[in-house]
Amino acid sequence: MSRGLRLIPLILLLFLLSGLAWRLIKPADTAVPSQMVEREVPPFALPPALPGEPGLTAADLASGKPHLLNIFASWCIPCASEGKVLQELQRRGVTVDGIAIRDTPEALAAFLARNGDPYQRIGSDRQSDTQIALGSSGVPETFVIDAHGVIRRQYIGALNDSNIPGVLREIEEVR
Amino acid sequence: MSLRAASKRRGGNPAGLLRFARNDVIAAVLLILASPAVADSNLPPAYWANRQLPNARQEAQAQALMEQLRCLVCQGQSIADSDAELAGDMRDLVRRRIAAGEKPSAIRSWLIQRYGTWISYRPTDEPAAWPLWLTPLALLLAGAWLIRRRIKLKASH
Repeated sequence: MSRGLRLIPLILLLFLLSGLAWRLIKPADTAVPSQMVEREVPPFALPPALPGEPGLTAADLASGKPHLLNIFASWCIPCASEGKVLQELQRRGVTVDGIAIRDTPEALAAFLARNGDPYQRIGSDRQSDTQIALGSSGVPETFVIDAHGVIRRQYIGALNDSNIPGVLREIEEVR
Repeated sequence: MSLRAASKRRGGNPAGLLRFARNDVIAAVLLILASPAVADSNLPPAYWANRQLPNARQEAQAQALMEQLRCLVCQGQSIADSDAELAGDMRDLVRRRIAAGEKPSAIRSWLIQRYGTWISYRPTDEPAAWPLWLTPLALLLAGAWLIRRRIKLKASH
């Protein structure tokens, strides 16, 4: 066997090791982005999450002005920290709608009393159906939806104060 | 800290070792009693999450599809294997749609539309997956070439 061929296993080993080292240094991103971005909100009609309050349908999100659609739940711990940020956005004129995942009216009411209520409408998604239809893979997630009901951006994970200028800019851009 | 290190620190005093062991046991019991801080809802699983369809043929179709769909929460498990609530809700969705007469391939492409090919364990025939299909062929050819060489070498000796 020639010298060149003998080096093949060594080269393969180096290739393997560099691959392993690369993933150790730079771990893979486990977030699964929605493929629905830049597409219309899929049709859905959710009942109200709180008695006496409005529910949420896809038509509500194509009302001629941009919306922020927050996928959340009262049992989701990061969602509580996000409340303040959403309220600040609402104070600055952003319409915030919510989809409560696998939630009960009692738990949700207690959650909103504790963390504030930035939502104009909250739909109740008891089997994650609408969440799956949106391509959302967990709570919390937030979608920027333009005036025509097209999803323009997805935020995976809780929004924090540093996201406020960006969200405001995006809402302005899709107006 | 290991028990041996603890007894060394206390100069090998057996009483100290015992006290340390007792603290360890208390800590272990507390750990067992502690509930993990996994965020799960208080709602029961969706109706079809852990229930088979009455029609055996449909259930077999649903099962085959669920084994090929990747769980969004426990990435690396199929939704058939995962205990995550979202996986349960997806099993419910798959069974409901199959029971309503939808084809498994249609459900798969509906999910791929939402989550990309990521959601499906079955490799696609897109160009990105070509190396996957071609590598076994290439390896077979390389094997055949090696064998041929050996036979030729033997014959020439």
